[in-house]
Amino acid sequence: MVAASSTDDAALPSSGGTVLSVLKKPSVIPGFGLTMGFTLAYLGLIVLLPLAALAVKAAGLGWAGFWNAVLTPRVLAAFEISFGLSLLAAAINAVFGFVVAWVLVRYRFPGAKIVDALVDLPFALPTAVAGIALSALYAPNGWIGQLLMDWFGLKVAFTPLGIAIALTFIGLPFVVRTVQPILQDLPPEEEEAAASLGATRWQSFRRVVFPSLFPALLTGFALAFARGVGEYGSVIFIAGNMPGVSEIVPLLIVIKLEQYDYAGAAAVATLMLAASFLLLLILNLLQAWMRSRHAR
Amino acid sequence: MLAKTSGQRPALDDRSWVRGLLILSALAFLLLFLVLPLVSVFVEAFRRGVGAYWDALIEPDALSAIHLTLIVAAIAVPLNLVFGVAASWCISKFDFRGKGLLITLIDLPFSVSPVISGIIYVLLFGLHGVVGPFLKSQGIQIIFAVPGLVLATIFVTFPFVARELIPLMQEQGTEEEEAALVLGASGWQTFWRVTLPNIKWGLMYGVLLCNARAMGEFGAVSVVSGHIRGETNTMPLHVEILYNEYNFVAAFSVASVLAMLALVTLVAKTALEWRFGAELAATRH
Repeated sequence: MVAASSTDDAALPSSGGTVLSVLKKPSVIPGFGLTMGFTLAYLGLIVLLPLAALAVKAAGLGWAGFWNAVLTPRVLAAFEISFGLSLLAAAINAVFGFVVAWVLVRYRFPGAKIVDALVDLPFALPTAVAGIALSALYAPNGWIGQLLMDWFGLKVAFTPLGIAIALTFIGLPFVVRTVQPILQDLPPEEEEAAASLGATRWQSFRRVVFPSLFPALLTGFALAFARGVGEYGSVIFIAGNMPGVSEIVPLLIVIKLEQYDYAGAAAVATLMLAASFLLLLILNLLQAWMRSRHAR
Repeated sequence: MLAKTSGQRPALDDRSWVRGLLILSALAFLLLFLVLPLVSVFVEAFRRGVGAYWDALIEPDALSAIHLTLIVAAIAVPLNLVFGVAASWCISKFDFRGKGLLITLIDLPFSVSPVISGIIYVLLFGLHGVVGPFLKSQGIQIIFAVPGLVLATIFVTFPFVARELIPLMQEQGTEEEEAALVLGASGWQTFWRVTLPNIKWGLMYGVLLCNARAMGEFGAVSVVSGHIRGETNTMPLHVEILYNEYNFVAAFSVASVLAMLALVTLVAKTALEWRFGAELAATRH
């Protein structure tokens, strides 16, 4: 191995350690040790060590204790609410986010650039601000809440529906921002070929355009869903926070913590973290699929 | 008139009623979910006039919340900036095993609920935490104090700079640095004179997003703050307290400052994208 890379090693003044060269290809650029050391130390101290503390605390409960803490009606209801409403919000965003992306890429209309910039607002607006604004809007005496109450007798704020509204706001940019670049790069020739072969506009959308956008749409959907499951700040103001009805998992974790039930909070948090990591894994697989589709 | 297409590619043109319907539904959706909430923040803030608005901002607890928010961001953002540069340097300029894993770990805080980002520090440093009793015996307080707020903020803003820079620097490759080194520049000279000018807009983009999140973070800091008025309340936490006290005008007044910060961030971000779109292209994949 040393012989194989001898030409490169000749140009290498310092980092010639054999252990290092097994892990790293030789390079003339300095600073590997410094930057890698700092990166790993910072990552370890800020992210990995504290996450390990969570696992240690949850493990302290033992296997049976862990499931006892997690399999209570209140915790299960919170998981059902968080995951169910995040799915609903992500589905709403999949539909309307797709329409927004389509309109922004395919059509020219006045103010399109401003609309495009505004899509990122949920990323920039602090969640607490979004939360109080949405609950003021959808409260029974709010601008929208009053209309919905008068016309349909529908109560939105302080019900599960309010949670779905907040999660829709939070997840809005994801679908737009994953579909938009793919749609932009879509070769127009494919649609033209479909049209010249006699396809109607709807047929060429359904058979040619949509299949190429589907992986991106699914990725955006999954991102919005994952974000919704963990969301806290924008939800708690509009939710009403009734245990078993409109209490989300992150809020339940906070409540357990405030009651000094550290182990219980750690157990619920660990389960939620495991669910997030599973979602992350699925997302990575989706993105790999998307790249391979896109590269063709 | 409302909905002209490019006109260059007739096969891609949708019928005008389809165009109109889609544009209208997209705008209606965005009006309902983006514009109205944003407008309502300012309307509610000025409901009792400019005087009440101003009073809510210069009241001592509000000022201390603004002060604390600035301090927390002033510590968290530079630290994550240095980390982001270091991480993207070692990831983009070298080939080593486990690079994919390292990138995944750097992105990890984005997939963790903000509440969990706070609770992990309580479990580590809190009174019943892993090293909490030891810290207490040393007279060091992290949870329910400023260090906890800073740590939680660093955690939630951890990936911002790195994830902007890594794809950008990977695309730029190593030729320019190698040329500088061959011509006799030192490592630091190469970084300051060659690398930094190449990545400065991407860096600024990452710092902008990092700062917006650092100042606006709610869930994570809420868990570690303890909500001590005038001491451990950042602006978002102050908004929550005022709102829960039914002091809506004051809550929305402070919220409107945060909303303005968000708008400034969006404008600066959009300006960067328009001006330096080509250079940032790698980061907007």
